[in-house]
Amino acid sequence: MSSFLLRQGLVVGVSTFIGDVLVQDGQISEVAAHVEAPSGVKVIDATGCWVGPGFVDLHTHLREPGREAAETIESGARAAAMGGYTAIVAMPNTEPALDNVSLVSYVLDRGARTPIDVAVAGAITVGRHGELLAPLAEMAALGVRLFTDDGMGVQDSLLMRRALTYARPLGVRLAQHCEDDRLAAGGSMNEGVVSARLGLVGRPALAEELMVLRDIELVRLTGGAVHFLHLSTARSLALVIAARNEGLPVSGEVAPHHFTLDETACEDFDAVFKVHPPLRPVADVTALRSAMVAGLVDAVATDHAPHAPELKDLPFDEAPAGMLGLEHAAALTYEALGGQTSDPSQFFSLMSRGPARIAQLRAQDRPLRHGSHGGDLVAGDDANLVIFDPTIDWTVQREALQSRAMNTPYEGRTLHGRVRTTIAKGELVVHEGQLS
Amino acid sequence: MLDTIRGSNLLTLADLSRDALVEVLDTAESFVEVNQRAIKKVPTLKGRVVASLFYEESTRTRLSFETAAKRLSADVLSLAVASSSVKKGESLRDTIATIDALGIDGVIMRHQSSGAAQQVSRYVPHVRVINAGDGLHQHPTQGLLDAFSVRQVLAQRRGTTGLESGSELFQGLRVLLVGDIRHSRVARSDIAAFCALGAEVRVAAPGTLLPDEIAQWPVTVSQNFDEALEWADVVGLLRLQRERGTGSFVPSLSEFTATYGLTVERARRLRPSTLIMHPGPMNRGVEIDSRVADLPAAIITRQVTNGVPIRMAVLYLTIAGSSVEVGQ
Repeated sequence: MSSFLLRQGLVVGVSTFIGDVLVQDGQISEVAAHVEAPSGVKVIDATGCWVGPGFVDLHTHLREPGREAAETIESGARAAAMGGYTAIVAMPNTEPALDNVSLVSYVLDRGARTPIDVAVAGAITVGRHGELLAPLAEMAALGVRLFTDDGMGVQDSLLMRRALTYARPLGVRLAQHCEDDRLAAGGSMNEGVVSARLGLVGRPALAEELMVLRDIELVRLTGGAVHFLHLSTARSLALVIAARNEGLPVSGEVAPHHFTLDETACEDFDAVFKVHPPLRPVADVTALRSAMVAGLVDAVATDHAPHAPELKDLPFDEAPAGMLGLEHAAALTYEALGGQTSDPSQFFSLMSRGPARIAQLRAQDRPLRHGSHGGDLVAGDDANLVIFDPTIDWTVQREALQSRAMNTPYEGRTLHGRVRTTIAKGELVVHEGQLS
Repeated sequence: MLDTIRGSNLLTLADLSRDALVEVLDTAESFVEVNQRAIKKVPTLKGRVVASLFYEESTRTRLSFETAAKRLSADVLSLAVASSSVKKGESLRDTIATIDALGIDGVIMRHQSSGAAQQVSRYVPHVRVINAGDGLHQHPTQGLLDAFSVRQVLAQRRGTTGLESGSELFQGLRVLLVGDIRHSRVARSDIAAFCALGAEVRVAAPGTLLPDEIAQWPVTVSQNFDEALEWADVVGLLRLQRERGTGSFVPSLSEFTATYGLTVERARRLRPSTLIMHPGPMNRGVEIDSRVADLPAAIITRQVTNGVPIRMAVLYLTIAGSSVEVGQ
């Protein structure tokens, strides 16, 4: 395996200091203010950059199997590496859904051939139909630690209760896409004054908040753990924060599009801005950002959702929901935390340590089949690292993205901060902003 | 805000200023006379090609647009969606690219999805797109012909002409829209037009058929339908959109008729001068009683008649822009 010396970056570990990180044989071997370069080691200048644990995405749609025209495990992993991710959790809403051992194994095996760690979230119910429990214990034995029917929350309250009771002794967490499907009424954007003017059926905030509230109460009843996916309203985030403060086993993520874009983006009927839960009013966007800055959010997760171009060319109400996320999440998080005034440890908490804890990918979680992620940059950690340069400005160009799909809502937008280097599984995967 | 639609697309009335609206109404006045001639044709758009692309059933709007285009001497490509490759799964983008490849100056588009006309306008930026109704969003030419019809009748009563009155007759005019506002693109266009022209608009509907956040619209919601009927100078009825799943929004058609239908009894509350409009097609016996629809105060067929000069004006202004004079 290769050896690297990351020279004079801002090391964001237990403490934050300018120093060197030596990587040898797939592990961090030394971290100090100054480390002598052993002979033959590749020296990477990290001056002016942040050096921290590689990012972990709790919410990646890889589309394989079933919709390889939009993304594959391989192309998604490359996009993730470009975005600074050393581990991603593949969502199970593939075709067919990842609801059994053989399909989960397929994705794990394919993922193992990529430069990063690809963990899998299994489906809670067979086929994600919300009717029968999927074999959670069998999938857990393969190392699956998150289960979700994402795209659709488990609507049936009794089934959700049983799933939580069943999941609890397995030590796994259920991740919920919270939207009451009936209240969402097949809508295609946030319900409000904009949707009413545009003549688009709206998805009310209440559809999300009601299910968040229900699931918090089911957690209280059963003791099972829930991770709340892509919280998009001020109120649902507040509910989760309050439940966590009570000591309930809940966690919550926010997605970059929800803390950077608001519902008015839909005004031109461009389906690239269609996503579930939908883009919300400015007040919610602001509330999400404030909570991030205040350290109240567990994780940023991309909900990276590639779609073939012809599907995003459909009329707004017919087009599929979802947008790309992996390659711009870090810059958008940096921006939301205040840009130049943002706190590096908070940044890595949202992008790496928080999500690694929820996905049980830290060293102390002893992940099966995967290396450890989200560590404190101490000797002995697996070498999953990122160098983030907060001084680079770059413009999003969909043609230049690694993802097979092009449905980025940030086309043409100038972002601040970019991943320069990704070291995953001990190897240099991205260097100087290029895949090696 | 646009101050003219000359050379522009017509996708919505929501971004048109009073001047832009009056310009269309005034231009339409000049085409009324053409429609009364024995030979109802002017060479205004001779050599221009207009495609009519209707993804949704329509009788009067399609006929009206195609008649308007032909009276302006435009060549009309009429795409019957049911018999085209759209049925084989061709996308909107490919369909419009195909038609565009034949060489067109304008496209008249009706679609069941809100925003479809605006999407198409992005695919063919060099072609003028005229929205003939998109989902629940807008039906601009209906809003224009409604305003035109009201101005025409009021001007005649005053012994003046629409052209001379400009927007004056709309100042303080009391317009009441009744029924399925929520699912109505006609309501959205009517509200935009009448409000911009200076009228006062009220709406009356069961709670479930009002749009979300109606409080932020430039209208007031009537709490008492009977009182609102006495208040109104113009009553605009809207079709109960049964095909859009209106069924679960009201308990039954008969309950809707009992509470918000313009029955014979309710029509007695109207002042004799009050005008009754309906964009058609009517559900006689549901939102309007058959006998009320046939009252002299009902200007429903006048609306249809005026559809042609309004659409001639729209085609002329958007496609010819400022390069051709009317009647040349």
